[in-house]
Amino acid sequence: MQKLVVIGAGMASGRLLEHLTETDPGAYEVTLFNAEPRGNYNRIMLSPVLSGEKSYEEIVTHDDDWYAARNVTCRFGEKVTAVDRARKVVIGENGEVPYDKLVFGTGSSAFIIPCPGHDLPGVVAFRDLEDTAAMTEASGTPGARAVVIGGGLLGLEAAAALRLRGMDVTVLHLSGHLMERQLDEAAGYLLQKDLEKRGITVMTRASTKEIRGNGKVESVLLEDGTVLPADIVVMAVGIRPQVQLAKDAGLDMGRAIKVDARMRTSDPDVFAVGECVEFEGNLFGLVAPLYDQAKVLARTLLAEEDAFKVKQLSTKLKVTGCDLFSAGDFAEGDGREDIVFRDPARGIYKRLVIENDRLIGAVMYGDTADSNWFFGLIRDGEDIADMRESLIFGPGFQGGAAADPLSAVAALPPEAEICGCNGVCKGRITQAIEGGATDLGAVRATTKASASCGTCTGLVEQLLAVTLGDGYATPAAQPMCGCTDLTHEDVRRLIKSQELKSQPAVWQELGWTTPNGCHVCRPAVNFYLLADWPLDYQDDPQSRFVNERNHANIQKDGTYSVMPRMFGGMTDASELRAIADAADKYGAVVKVTGGQRIDLLGVKKEDLPGIWEDLNNAGMVSGHAYSKGLRTVKTCVGSDWCRFGTQDSTGLGIKLEKRLWGSWTPHKVKLAVSGCPRNCAEATCKDIGIVCVDSGYQIGVGGAAGMDVKEVERLTEVATEEEAIDMTVAFVQLYRENAKYLDRPYKWIAKVGLDWVREQVVDPATRAGLIERFDISQTVYQKDPWAEHVAERRARYAPLADLTLEAAE
Amino acid sequence: MSWIDLGPIDEIPVRGARLVKTHVGCIGLFRTAEAEVFAAANKCPHKGGPLSEGIIHGQKVTCPLHNWVFDLNTGEAQGADQGRIETYPVRLEDGRVLLDAESVSRRSAA
Ligand code: SRM
Ligand SMILES: Cc1cc2nc3c(=O)[nH]c(=O)nc-3n(C[C@H](O)[C@H](O)[C@H](O)COP(=O)(O)OP(=O)(O)OC[C@H]3O[C@@H](n4cnc5c(N)ncnc54)[C@H](O)[C@@H]3O)c2cc1C
Ligand code: SF4
Ligand code: FES
Repeated sequence: MQKLVVIGAGMASGRLLEHLTETDPGAYEVTLFNAEPRGNYNRIMLSPVLSGEKSYEEIVTHDDDWYAARNVTCRFGEKVTAVDRARKVVIGENGEVPYDKLVFGTGSSAFIIPCPGHDLPGVVAFRDLEDTAAMTEASGTPGARAVVIGGGLLGLEAAAALRLRGMDVTVLHLSGHLMERQLDEAAGYLLQKDLEKRGITVMTRASTKEIRGNGKVESVLLEDGTVLPADIVVMAVGIRPQVQLAKDAGLDMGRAIKVDARMRTSDPDVFAVGECVEFEGNLFGLVAPLYDQAKVLARTLLAEEDAFKVKQLSTKLKVTGCDLFSAGDFAEGDGREDIVFRDPARGIYKRLVIENDRLIGAVMYGDTADSNWFFGLIRDGEDIADMRESLIFGPGFQGGAAADPLSAVAALPPEAEICGCNGVCKGRITQAIEGGATDLGAVRATTKASASCGTCTGLVEQLLAVTLGDGYATPAAQPMCGCTDLTHEDVRRLIKSQELKSQPAVWQELGWTTPNGCHVCRPAVNFYLLADWPLDYQDDPQSRFVNERNHANIQKDGTYSVMPRMFGGMTDASELRAIADAADKYGAVVKVTGGQRIDLLGVKKEDLPGIWEDLNNAGMVSGHAYSKGLRTVKTCVGSDWCRFGTQDSTGLGIKLEKRLWGSWTPHKVKLAVSGCPRNCAEATCKDIGIVCVDSGYQIGVGGAAGMDVKEVERLTEVATEEEAIDMTVAFVQLYRENAKYLDRPYKWIAKVGLDWVREQVVDPATRAGLIERFDISQTVYQKDPWAEHVAERRARYAPLADLTLEAAE
Repeated sequence: MSWIDLGPIDEIPVRGARLVKTHVGCIGLFRTAEAEVFAAANKCPHKGGPLSEGIIHGQKVTCPLHNWVFDLNTGEAQGADQGRIETYPVRLEDGRVLLDAESVSRRSAA
């Protein structure tokens, strides 16, 4: 009988032995080594073992009797230390075994981030029974805390299981959303929401710097300085094929052991199967392909023809209540099209990717009942041209209904606030409607909802439609863009009342019909989120128009203009010298602008960080001449010099600009302060214009001098400079919180009414609240973007590669 | 095909783009999703706008100068606008972005 030695009693080699001994029990005399002190068990079921839903005994695949019945010599708990191919022997810790045929089934090992502290006791991987036991033990202490590094399949299964055991669990994930290899953002958002519902804390974009502890794990330090206390740290950041032994034996290697379609290595008597294999450049990390390999290898060893083929894979997460499915390849392809279906009320998201009338990828969350059917379509490459329209509804639903534009409002909980001015929630409005208030006027009269600034009118109308059904015809409102039926005002209100704090949350909960918006809605939604949740939301440069992303104005020839701030129009000789030097150095054209500052035009993109750095070094910051944000505060010389000046208009202008710069607004905001009614700073045609008079300050708002020319209207008059600043800041914040994206203040005021605006700003308590929220936002956004980009993103301004420099082929 | 390694995909922000200078002109590498990259000419057929500076949504990019929208699969302008940008074979391997060498070589430039 031929001697077969197998290294590793894992899931792949286990399946191989089943096929082999079933087909021809007498073919080989088998010796099986395993480093783990046990035979083959169902490794993928370690998750339920960890959560306590299953015991180890229940997941054993091959027990002692199984091996005995098949005459397999088991050397468990013994590691193979070398293979001598010349002598055809395998060298184990307890001695040698000769072979005729040899199989590597050594699997993978968990990758451990080599950060300081990674070797402290209490840092574990999630790979085998020992790891599982260590985690179970740690969870035994009441109040114990676990930090799981890695928000992929393994990390999340570990996190959910540890949470079930009562631990306080935090998941750290490097990327912007969970399971980013398998899910898109919308599905990742829903998954995160479900995990958070069970009490798991999820931190995305979290990079581990160090694991700390004295003799054992005590805490995890993140790059951003956050410290998380931890009694156990689970590293689940990836796996690496375990192939050192094969490499030392001199087999042909890629990233793992190279095999052909018959699972043969570069040595005709040596084979490999499972995660330690590389086939046509592919590595494997799920059991389905390993089982195919095991079948092929069994036939190869019995001298029968067969060939392994790489097939499509699908992913599911073994966490009860998190129904997700992902399959197919989203990474490459030509002529593709997306079909998206969202049901905010039921937390469902489905996305299909179609190419040449074939389904090539699918992501689903919340409802995966039809996933096998979709997977079949992907795997078999079936032509779906005939069912394209109704495909997303699954096999049982051909010819299904279109998504309901009212679903976002229908999905709102009764306590969601609809009218911010009067604090009216959805429940009260529906009650009023059911009580007989069947039109807008009646709802306003009974509940006051939408009776003040009126921006929630659209939502109240939709509630009427949802509650009254066909009996109510909603007036057609202008939707934000093709991705949604909601208006800007609706979206703003819903972001507040549903506490939506990320773009994927908005897309999902408000039923966007595209995977990730378009160039019209993305900048608007990005602004709404950063204005409403300055501390929670992270500004997304990829949702900004080029000028705001590159912090400079793009010109028609692709160069940029650079304009430093000149607070209140004041400058000095050293600033002017630095500007002159920069103009020389970067070949810029110099222009004095209509906004009392100096523009450097024609700067190349690659040179932006350089010129910014030079201007920064001279004490200047970005002028935001490119932003929907604070632009200039023009001033006149005022009481400092002018014989008519009544107050220090220059000083007030500088103070205002210092307070307001860096803030993002729905459209640009320009201010001016004139020292007397002669108004040399043209304050009466600005968004906010202050005219100084003997008795104090006249504050006007809603002026314009662009496409429309408008004189300001008087907001209020105040006696002191301090009050003038307070009123201005409060007005800007009110505008930030309420206006539609791309409405200048005069347009917004025309919609909500100056009286309403004045009421808010003049009322001391409301004003104080507005100022407080503005200042909170400024703690995040009043930073010079030039300095930040010079320090952190300099490389991004250069091309990724310059292939023209390479030597000719 | 022979592939040129342009570097790790993480050098391109998700829904962002980076520029590559080649013998056939500047090419934008558009990262439309976590693991999805397209390569297409950087120059807008309308008035030469730098497409790598546009907003990227779905598998499309909007030109930063006058909002023409291009499908990155086919290079075709969308909607009422007429025009096309060249697209180039690109693929991902092990988190690195590979561009087809031939399509951007001097020969294809000639
Ligand atoms: C540089 C400057 C012209 C100049 O050389 O003086 C200028 C240049 C541009 N203006 Fe302006 N505006 C400039 C002062 C003005 C003024 C006068 C003022 O601020 O006192 C106005 C009228 C006042 C007003 O805004 O109400 C003005 C009304 C506009 C408008 C019309 C806005 C409107 O709501 O009607 C636009 C278009 C827009 O923003 O959508 C615009 C847009 C532009 C853009 C950004 C066009 C664009 O999108 O590329 C120009 C950028 C050129 C560049 O690359 O730098 N610019 N622009 C001025 C810069 C002032 C500064 O120091 O920041
Ligand atoms: C918690 C968890 C959940 C999972 N869930 C899923 C899932 O839901 N779906 C899915 O498809 N996949 C899942 N997987 C992945 C799946 O378990 C693996 O793909 C599969 O186990 C790999 O099989 P293998 O035989 O290649 O390696 P393994 O099962 O790892 O077996 C390799 C064996 O070789 C031994 N060994 C290594 N070197 C030596 C040596 N020098 N001497 C002796 N013995 C050695 C090791 O000790 C090990 O026992 C999961 C994995 C884990 C850890
Ligand atoms: S008026 Fe303003 S927008 Fe028009 S060309 Fe002059 S700078 Fe450009
Ligand atoms: S240059 Fe691209 S749209 Fe005009």
